[in-house]
Amino acid sequence: MAAAHKPKLAVWKFASCDGCQLSLLDCEDELLAVADAVEIAYFPEATRAVVKGPYDVSLVEGSITTSHDAERIQKIRKQSKCVITIGACATSGGIQALRNFADVAEYTKYVYASPGYISTLAASTPISSHIYVDFELQGCPINKLQLVEVLNAFLHGHKPNVASHSLCIECKRRGIPCVMVAQGIPCMGPVTHAGCGSICPSYNRGCYSCYGPMETPNTASLAAWFGKLGTDRADVVRKFRTFYAGKDAYRKESERHEQR
Amino acid sequence: MSNAKKSRTIKVDYMARVEGEGALFLKIRDGKVSDVKLKIFEPPRFFEAFLRGRKWTEAPDITARICGICPIAYQSSSISAMESIVGAKIDGPIRELRRLVYCGEWIESHVLHMAMLHAPDFLGYEDAIQMAKDHPDVVKNALRLKKIGNELMTVVGGREIHPINLRVGGFYRTPTKKQLLAMRDDLLWACDASVALTKLVSTFEFPDFERDYEFVAMRHPGEYPLWEGRLVSNRGLDIPIEDFFKHFEEEHVKHSTSLHSFVKLRGAYHVGPLARFNLNFDRLTPRCRELAQEIGVTPPCTNPFKSIVVRGFETLYACEESLRIIESYEEPEKPFIELAPRAGRGHGCSEAPRGICYHTYAIDDNGVITDARIAPPTAQNQRTMEEDLAAFVPRHADLPDDKLTWRCEQAVRNYDPCISCSCHFLRLHVDRD
Repeated sequence: MAAAHKPKLAVWKFASCDGCQLSLLDCEDELLAVADAVEIAYFPEATRAVVKGPYDVSLVEGSITTSHDAERIQKIRKQSKCVITIGACATSGGIQALRNFADVAEYTKYVYASPGYISTLAASTPISSHIYVDFELQGCPINKLQLVEVLNAFLHGHKPNVASHSLCIECKRRGIPCVMVAQGIPCMGPVTHAGCGSICPSYNRGCYSCYGPMETPNTASLAAWFGKLGTDRADVVRKFRTFYAGKDAYRKESERHEQR
Repeated sequence: MSNAKKSRTIKVDYMARVEGEGALFLKIRDGKVSDVKLKIFEPPRFFEAFLRGRKWTEAPDITARICGICPIAYQSSSISAMESIVGAKIDGPIRELRRLVYCGEWIESHVLHMAMLHAPDFLGYEDAIQMAKDHPDVVKNALRLKKIGNELMTVVGGREIHPINLRVGGFYRTPTKKQLLAMRDDLLWACDASVALTKLVSTFEFPDFERDYEFVAMRHPGEYPLWEGRLVSNRGLDIPIEDFFKHFEEEHVKHSTSLHSFVKLRGAYHVGPLARFNLNFDRLTPRCRELAQEIGVTPPCTNPFKSIVVRGFETLYACEESLRIIESYEEPEKPFIELAPRAGRGHGCSEAPRGICYHTYAIDDNGVITDARIAPPTAQNQRTMEEDLAAFVPRHADLPDDKLTWRCEQAVRNYDPCISCSCHFLRLHVDRD
């Protein structure tokens, strides 16, 4: 009999800050256990060793911003049984999707002395725009405990226990007084995917939606509330246009408030 | 066999155990390096371009996303720059908390770099997880130490990656004295653990390799530099940070999406732990200086491979400084100073674990950013890394390709290249043919 096969894990990077894959290394208490349960077959940030595919689970961080990367993600899909995208970049295009509202040639000229050396796509897109994705874990950065839960779920063949409700529910559960009701601070919580543990409201600031849109968010209603609180149109645009600017719900809402 | 060959090519298509994406290309002709390119293929993300049109108060949240390993550096430099526009001077407990959260980042990043990214090179392992099988206590203690750094970031900043609590003018909420004192026992343990880790890495075998660098670091009248100071070098540079672009220049080379920085009229320079240590040894705590004397690594230290030891001294410093801050901390009346924007230009610089991180912004009367320039540490070190390789490789040209490749990667990891940092910034190709 062959020895029990350890699932092979691969971690891939596209345009990103590396923060989400760092979350795995930040699991100080769980890291060695994870390394015991899976074979870390490809993870350049952590190891030189490379084990050839196919891989059981591929974690993908970052967004697609070059034609080379658009090809690379296809190859990763072909050699992965299951693809899990992690973080705002991989699930929405990330902060670099702000280019989707601008002229990339102008951006390139602004940042680089020799724009001719730079080759980049006009838009930054999430991984799911290019390939089938088995599961998307949102967050900028992701919550490391949710990451461990997702890995565990895929290794054992059950559905990950990751809530899809709004951040407001997390605030209520933690007993944090609503910053918008009590203090009049504009907060993206009502349309934002839970998962961070409602950090910002617990620090007396409004959520800035680094976990992106929840399922079926009522963005129009929230934007109307922002108006009542005196938030001007340009600020409403900016609120919907940060780390999840590329997600349809936020993109459309931001465009509704843009001055023409 | 290999030394019989007159020329050969080695390429590393994807540098491992560095943060971000890059490659290395080396061309060797008759045992001499005829070309060396540190290729940065991290796709451009255009931070400086899309910061225009954002509010000045948004810069700390947005620039944090340049790097997941050193977000505090970006937050600190952007905050300092904005505060300098309106002439705000932040003192007292808020200033102390800023140093504390930065110490958390130094501990987390330095220990990640020393134990997880760099030590396996010296001990001949592919990674720290493999190393953990033979040295379980070393890895477990390092993980605990790193976790303490992350906890400091969480207590002060709200979370370890991309903290949410830092703002222009101060913090959204300040921690209580009790919350900070709860870290005391851990920090006492961390001081001893960082001494042990430093002693361990100091026993590694270091290549006999020294270079005559221009070291550049911040210098503060009374402190080891973190958030504030002038920019100084061992070749006479001594300038206020707002003169950065009067003395440094960035060049865009074809093989890199990260810009190369130079000291005008002089060339490459070296930023990071080695530069800080050499220029600010007198500002370290007595325990750090004694440890350095005991180990025998004291200024001038010009062997880049010993940066792993210097990271150890700085980890100890960060633990001791954190202890000092939490013990003397008094809760401020208000977590921040309310600041109103006015049109102008500001400059900010701070010491990221991997070197100076310089920012300059212009804003209008409404606080909307109209211009942004960021010189991240890795971009500043890039030319120095290439020059190190050009000097290092000929001494090892006889090694077979796989061993030479590993040596070169190691020489690059001396700098803790944080490639996504360079945002506007490795693979090894050695061409011996």
